[in-house]
Amino acid sequence: MAEVTLRKVVKRYDDVEAVRGIDLDIPDHEFVVLVGPSGCGKSTTLRMIAGLEDISDGEIMIGGDVVNDVPPKDRDIAMVFQNYALYPHMTVAENMSFGLRLKHYPKAEIKQRVTEAARMLDITDLIDRKPKQLSGGQRQRVAMGRAIVRNPKVFLFDEPLSNLDAKLRVQMRIEIKKVHQKVRTTTVYVTHDQVEAMTLADRVVVMNHGRIEQIGPPNELYHRPATKFVAGFIGSPAMNFIPCRFEESGGLLQVRVGDTIALPIPPDRMERYRAIPRDTKLLLGLRPEHLVDAQSNTSATFQPFDATPDVIEPMGMETFVYFPLAGTQLCGRINPGIEARAGQPLRLAVDLNHMHLLNEATGHVL
Amino acid sequence: MTTVTIDKAGPSRKTKIGSMSRDRKWALRWSYVFLTLFAVFFLFPPIYMFITSLKTSAEISAATNPWWVYNPTLSNYIELLTSNQFLTFFKNSALVSIFVVAITMLISIPAAFALARMRFWGSTTLATGVFLTYLIPDTLLFIPLFKMFATFAQWTGIELINHWWVLIFVYPTLTVPFCTWIMIGYFASIPKELDEAAIVDGASWMQTLLRIFVPVALPGIIAATIFAFTVSWAQFLYPLAFTSSVDQQVLPSGIITTLIKGDVFNWGQIMTGALLGAAPPLIIYAFLMDYYISGLTAGATKG
Repeated sequence: MAEVTLRKVVKRYDDVEAVRGIDLDIPDHEFVVLVGPSGCGKSTTLRMIAGLEDISDGEIMIGGDVVNDVPPKDRDIAMVFQNYALYPHMTVAENMSFGLRLKHYPKAEIKQRVTEAARMLDITDLIDRKPKQLSGGQRQRVAMGRAIVRNPKVFLFDEPLSNLDAKLRVQMRIEIKKVHQKVRTTTVYVTHDQVEAMTLADRVVVMNHGRIEQIGPPNELYHRPATKFVAGFIGSPAMNFIPCRFEESGGLLQVRVGDTIALPIPPDRMERYRAIPRDTKLLLGLRPEHLVDAQSNTSATFQPFDATPDVIEPMGMETFVYFPLAGTQLCGRINPGIEARAGQPLRLAVDLNHMHLLNEATGHVL
Repeated sequence: MTTVTIDKAGPSRKTKIGSMSRDRKWALRWSYVFLTLFAVFFLFPPIYMFITSLKTSAEISAATNPWWVYNPTLSNYIELLTSNQFLTFFKNSALVSIFVVAITMLISIPAAFALARMRFWGSTTLATGVFLTYLIPDTLLFIPLFKMFATFAQWTGIELINHWWVLIFVYPTLTVPFCTWIMIGYFASIPKELDEAAIVDGASWMQTLLRIFVPVALPGIIAATIFAFTVSWAQFLYPLAFTSSVDQQVLPSGIITTLIKGDVFNWGQIMTGALLGAAPPLIIYAFLMDYYISGLTAGATKG
């Protein structure tokens, strides 16, 4: 096991910069998830760590050694691919032991390691089957088993759950977490699914356009996003962004949304926001769970307002309401016990203690 | 209203099913008709060869029904199979084909792997170039090749012409480009993650080729083998041009040069020789075809 360090790593394809100078320190045992939309450079970054792509500039270190020019087979890493990449002509046991056999491990040790990994992943019964005879979930377990038996310094996962159906994905997510808790190998995991990122990671790295937008533990990214991109990417349904402006009335700051709604800034944020120039174009960022029904949220922190939802989505444990406000479509989350109908007015309340204020031009959270 | 809809739905549905099954029946009948025509057309020559091979020379030249054997005899078979000449042709053909298949595979598999997988400067142009060399007809090449061998003999004193083994060097010029080309296609269809997984697992390029690519691409390799074997077994022009002594001949040219004496055609033996010559490829195809299919479905059916 080892730490992984990226220093100003750049990847260029002809004229296109896919990765634009990434710095990342992954300590030993940590589970780091690289997340971002397609084309953000997360897979390229992972493949550079694996050695499957050359590095155009910068340095990658595994266990303190610079590995820029070290071929993949000498990096002591194991990788799990999106389409499993199992060797179709080999049985499960042969697939798992391939790496060990190449390194001429003693037969007894190979058998012991394969048996142990198979037990951990609950695939002992499948050990003599060929990949064709396995379901998607089973194949992904075998792919993980192939990584585990090698006992490498680093695990690399490239969107391993994308080919599975929704239910299996949740199941395998838990399996992956369990395996990591047992083996504690440093792990870099790539996904475009922010739920996977939030649930699996010790730290999440949000990437966009070949750069790192923000690094932090899942809760920090959720509650204290640094940019509009991170705020909008993490969380489902996504955060609402409402154009707004600052007003000062009687020495108190308030946010004006549209013509009708003026919301007082909570006192603890007053100092932070007072320095913002008055003419700055702002966005008010509110997560759906902070736009709630006024009926069950009556404390002083909630500011009530009226809205007319045009879509109601009952989810069972909560109900999402979609309504227009100040020229944008917003999403709120109300108590499922409340009777709400599309087209009929509904009294909602906003919890400004969890508000975010963003500079519309720069996209930074203020 | 409701009853009307139900009445309407009933019969229209029935006729639809009826017409579909009738369509299928007709399609089946037509496919049988064409398949039978096809089979008759292509089985016509070998059947005629077989019938002729059972006749004596006298019966062949007699004005009787050519589709019937009145006095069946195995004399043609016995004569050919006990003639040293014919057995030499057979042995030469077999040796040439085995060596050519081996050489072709030894060159084509690594070449196709390199062209399909290793990115290097000019690899795509090279791949197209390999195919273009196949497009040059062999009738254009045998005179320059003849000249080359003559020059080689002048310079080194090693006589290549009129030795059966010269064909081992000549045939790969026909088989290697085509086999490489079809295997590039086959290798390219193997997911890239498979070799990446092997490389991450610690395999070298050579190990990836031998332990992953060759077993996975076996159906493609068998197809290429069949092609290489067919070309070297049935090639006629080159052996006719490059070998002349009777003991250096292979089957296709040997049968023609020894069984046609002047304007006398020994039809019975020519047909027998051709049939016996066609047997080994047939047997090999039948065997490899089974293997090919079982290779494709091995993972799916074995317990």
